[in-house]
Amino acid sequence: MSSRLETAFRRAAKEKRAAFIAYITAGDPSPARTLELLRALERGGADIVELGVPFSDPIADGPINCAAAERALAAGTTLTGVLQTVRELRFASSLPVVLFSYANPILAYGLSRFAADAATAGVDGVLVTDVPAEEAGPYYQAFRRVGVELIPMLAPTSTRARVKQVKKLAESFVYFVSHTGVTGPQAQLPVELEDQVRLVRKLAGKRVAVGFGVAKPEQVSRVAKVADGVVVGSAIVARIAEIGDRPELFGEIQRFVQPLRAATRRF
Amino acid sequence: MKRLPDERGYFGPYGGRFVPETLMAPLQELEQAFHEATRDKSFRRELDALLRDYCGRPTPLTFAARLSAHLGGARIYLKREDLCHTGAHKINNALGQCLLARRMGKVRVIAETGAGQHGVAVATAAALLGLSCRIYMGTEDERRQSLNVYRMKLLGAEVVGVDAGAKTLKDAINEALRDWVTNVNTTHYVMGSVLGPHPYPMMVREFQSVIGAEAWLQIRKAHGALPSLVVACVGGGSNAAGIFSAFLPYQKVKLVGVEAGGRGPLLGHHAARFAGGSPGVLHGTYTYVLQDGGGNTAPTHSVSAGLDYPAVGPEHAFWKDSRRVEYVQVSDDEALSAFHLLSEMEGIMPALETAHALAFVTKVARSYSPAEAILVNLSGRGDKDVAEVARVEGVRL
Ligand SMILES: Cc1ncc(COP(=O)(O)O)c(C=O)c1O
Repeated sequence: MSSRLETAFRRAAKEKRAAFIAYITAGDPSPARTLELLRALERGGADIVELGVPFSDPIADGPINCAAAERALAAGTTLTGVLQTVRELRFASSLPVVLFSYANPILAYGLSRFAADAATAGVDGVLVTDVPAEEAGPYYQAFRRVGVELIPMLAPTSTRARVKQVKKLAESFVYFVSHTGVTGPQAQLPVELEDQVRLVRKLAGKRVAVGFGVAKPEQVSRVAKVADGVVVGSAIVARIAEIGDRPELFGEIQRFVQPLRAATRRF
Repeated sequence: MKRLPDERGYFGPYGGRFVPETLMAPLQELEQAFHEATRDKSFRRELDALLRDYCGRPTPLTFAARLSAHLGGARIYLKREDLCHTGAHKINNALGQCLLARRMGKVRVIAETGAGQHGVAVATAAALLGLSCRIYMGTEDERRQSLNVYRMKLLGAEVVGVDAGAKTLKDAINEALRDWVTNVNTTHYVMGSVLGPHPYPMMVREFQSVIGAEAWLQIRKAHGALPSLVVACVGGGSNAAGIFSAFLPYQKVKLVGVEAGGRGPLLGHHAARFAGGSPGVLHGTYTYVLQDGGGNTAPTHSVSAGLDYPAVGPEHAFWKDSRRVEYVQVSDDEALSAFHLLSEMEGIMPALETAHALAFVTKVARSYSPAEAILVNLSGRGDKDVAEVARVEGVRL
């Protein structure tokens, strides 16, 4: 049986488009809304969702995601609650879920207990932003044992040797950070992006999803031409913040992501 | 004994490199550059010359005669880092790292600061070496250390207030790390303590080890023997690591690190990582962290901005577990009393950080004989704290 992530990438490729990966921070605006937001993203065409685990000190995040994490923590979001949300999603959906976390919430939960609970809940992959390949050993082993993917990250500053190093960690894809910086919409994506993505795919021998900074349909369209997946995060998070905790939130978010998803088509 | 950290930056189980991928290659480059620089005689010579002619090293060792007599017991010696240019030990590390930054071809340096002493030191070194400089500081720290904010500006640095979280040192580090992730090609991050990802804890310790090396010679000359006890305050732990480094091999020398006990033992009221924390990852390193059950860092409090931080250098975590160093806590009030005591007994106004180390000494000096010496790292001077002390004690200036 191929994994939900594999299936999602294959389906997108067959439809001649990049997989559309939508990011939101779990628990923003409140833990009770996250499940319905995931469903809205799915209805809006997300192939994969990335669910951010809020953390008090998110050093890889720009102001938009930082503010979302603060709201989520203030609203009482916990990693236990995030896993519960994924479990509830799984009753009715096979939408692949990747958790985007920092190391410490996972360590505080207990690495092997987290891996087991994540697998049971139906989490497909985990990105641990502040765990580079050198520190990934224990995470990789804990996740692998339960069939959850550890998704390695690469960046424009990664050396060739570092890109090759993730080959043995990655399964269905690697995550390439589009620019040297934190999360948040970028007015302009780097001109070297295409070359870098091609090089990463060649050296790592895996599919490449590109994220950090991709915000507008034009940018999605440009990235989709070279990458296997495109991640849009802060733009959606900013939209959620703008609307706030109101009944029209879900419909608005669904409508907001539709053109982003449409832009993943390669023609 | 093998010298730590190991090649992955670990001190036993503590340390490592928990940072976004973007910073990994730059950290490897930094480690390489540091190793090359320390092997390069011309780098060593330039740094030594600056420490001597610019900072005023070696700093003196002062016998605190009246304080020793007042407390009754050990002879108390003060290693006078307060007499360094800019008024604290922070300049030793700031100059070392800024020289290294220039050698690496970086044109810009950034730093975090709590008490403002590290910020002032980096702004100073940047001015001296012609580097552009930006300092991140929590807005709560800007308030209580406003004199230092203005000093940094006078030195030509840009000071950026950080309004997130508790608005203190931790939040300033978050923001500095984000800046570094974004501008890593042109910028060196001058971390101010033995914190953060490898190689910082090792590199900062090495730049601060000059304190211990000098003090080791000085106390043997002044006292005729090694001290029975060496005491330093522990924020991130750089002044402590610096002075401890020379005495670690001598098991007879007891080493004590003093943390901020703040207002009391309730989580949120102190910065006592070893009393109330547990191992976790913060700011790139695995170490003791004050955190809640979900792994989010807990709020901290100390009257002293430089100790008001929820994590501690990973080598201290190692020393704590291996019992080579004992860590104790001193309250805000005890530190304030020690601030007054040293001012009145010796005519030396210590930084509030340093006052924590002194407060511990006032409690134990009597249990030592007059033939024994206690060495205290007087990590900084208290001018920066005068307004805050007045405010805390309800004195209108
Ligand atoms: C005078 C002084 N002592 C101590 C500290 C605490 O830092 P560390 O533990 O790294 O020496 C500071 C930090 O700002 C300081 O200014």
